Amino acid sequence: MIGINKQYVKSLLKEQIRQDGRKPDEFREIKIEYNVSEKSADGSAKVKLGDTEVIAGVKLEVGEPFPDNPDKGTIIVNSELLPLASPDFELGPPSIGSIELSRVVDRALRESKILDFKKLCIKEGEKVWLVFIDIYPINNAGNLFDACFLAALAALKSTRFPKYDEKNERIIYEERTSKKLPLEKNTPIECTVIKVGDTFLVDPTNEEEEVMDARLTIGILEDKKICAMQKGGDNSLSIEEILKMVDIAAKKIDHIRKAI
Amino acid sequence: MKYTKRFDKRKFDQLREMEAKVGVVKRADGSALFRIGKTIAIAAVYGPRALHPSHLRNPEKGILRCNYNMMSFSGSGERIRPGPSRRSKEINLIIQKALLPVLDLSPFPNTVVDIFIELTQTDSGTRCAGITAAALALADSGLPMTDLVASVSVGTVGDKVVVDLTKEEEDFEGGATDIPVAITPRNGKITLLQLDGNITKEDLKKALELAKKTCKEIHTLQVKALKEKYGGDKK
Repeated sequence: MIGINKQYVKSLLKEQIRQDGRKPDEFREIKIEYNVSEKSADGSAKVKLGDTEVIAGVKLEVGEPFPDNPDKGTIIVNSELLPLASPDFELGPPSIGSIELSRVVDRALRESKILDFKKLCIKEGEKVWLVFIDIYPINNAGNLFDACFLAALAALKSTRFPKYDEKNERIIYEERTSKKLPLEKNTPIECTVIKVGDTFLVDPTNEEEEVMDARLTIGILEDKKICAMQKGGDNSLSIEEILKMVDIAAKKIDHIRKAI
Repeated sequence: MKYTKRFDKRKFDQLREMEAKVGVVKRADGSALFRIGKTIAIAAVYGPRALHPSHLRNPEKGILRCNYNMMSFSGSGERIRPGPSRRSKEINLIIQKALLPVLDLSPFPNTVVDIFIELTQTDSGTRCAGITAAALALADSGLPMTDLVASVSVGTVGDKVVVDLTKEEEDFEGGATDIPVAITPRNGKITLLQLDGNITKEDLKKALELAKKTCKEIHTLQVKALKEKYGGDKK
């Protein structure tokens, strides 16, 4: 974005005015479509957050557990900032942006314990289910963190186990069972709040993200406990500001949860 | 081996159900979605834009770069590892060659036009769906083109010449030949041709004629999708 537009966005925000006319704590419309890749993926979903669009898909595999957790399966979250989705994304090995995105989504899913990894164990020390979650932005109009988290969560919710042939130790992907992933009730939701000057915004557009001073992504459980956080952006935050951002996020969580 | 009835009950010269939509990626300069059966391709065009590294620049005309990618969960078996493979690199090349004949990049020296094609779900015919979507995305971007490009796979399954093979048909135990073809519908010329299988010259001729015929149907849908966005029929 060119400098003059940045200044314009900033000066509007000083008076709590957003370019698209939203209130500072207002989300864009959230739309979730399940099973968008039903033929190929074991679970999949598409999330639209205004013009931001993200697809996530799940593939299950059977593998060896980690030696320190012999009775637990795991999730592997991966995202790719496709150059299809924005002129700012480039081809090549995973960028630091995509790695942070994957890890922030992973953290909230893992720490919320929404998926009981013990229930993914097939034979202790030998065979466990591995849940691969791949997330792809299709159009980046800002707030990929929240959109990607929602897409990953929705894809997990739509996941059905493929048939596993224990004798031949082979997954038969063509035959999906009706068995869902063992998801717990206490669902986490991630909400990102950004700070521009003295203004706090939820669900930022890409223009707003470019002028932000700091960013805080907060994972909150249904019982209101916080399960994950990540601060981003080049500037610092005070404790008061962080608590305020947590309050703002906590108020938005129920709204976001309704979409899923 | 006799192949009497198609697995999905289509006629031998019948395409799967199709869907085409233009302008699906807002940030791109041009974009389109094309679905044929359960294969879904999304294409986005960026450019003409500055080309880096600069030694790749052509002072006479812009260059076209294509990037085809199957999303990790979009294969029929195990998860696909992210990143380029030998297969996807070859497909990048043949897609570029399939589209170049209709594209005039001489007004844009030293620049690049990038096409990114993503497959979200697959059931064969991915490169063809990618080309059909990419041609639509190019048209949506407003670049000078002499024609669209429509693409489909033809071939033989058992003893029959068929169009638009599914995965199940490609794996037919009685043998199958897969021939991805791309055609510029206006003059009926071929810009993509690959073949793997086992086929007689007579059947090849029949298959190519079938491709020419059915690509016209795809072309009709492409034009319809463009008119839906740009309202070509309105005065």
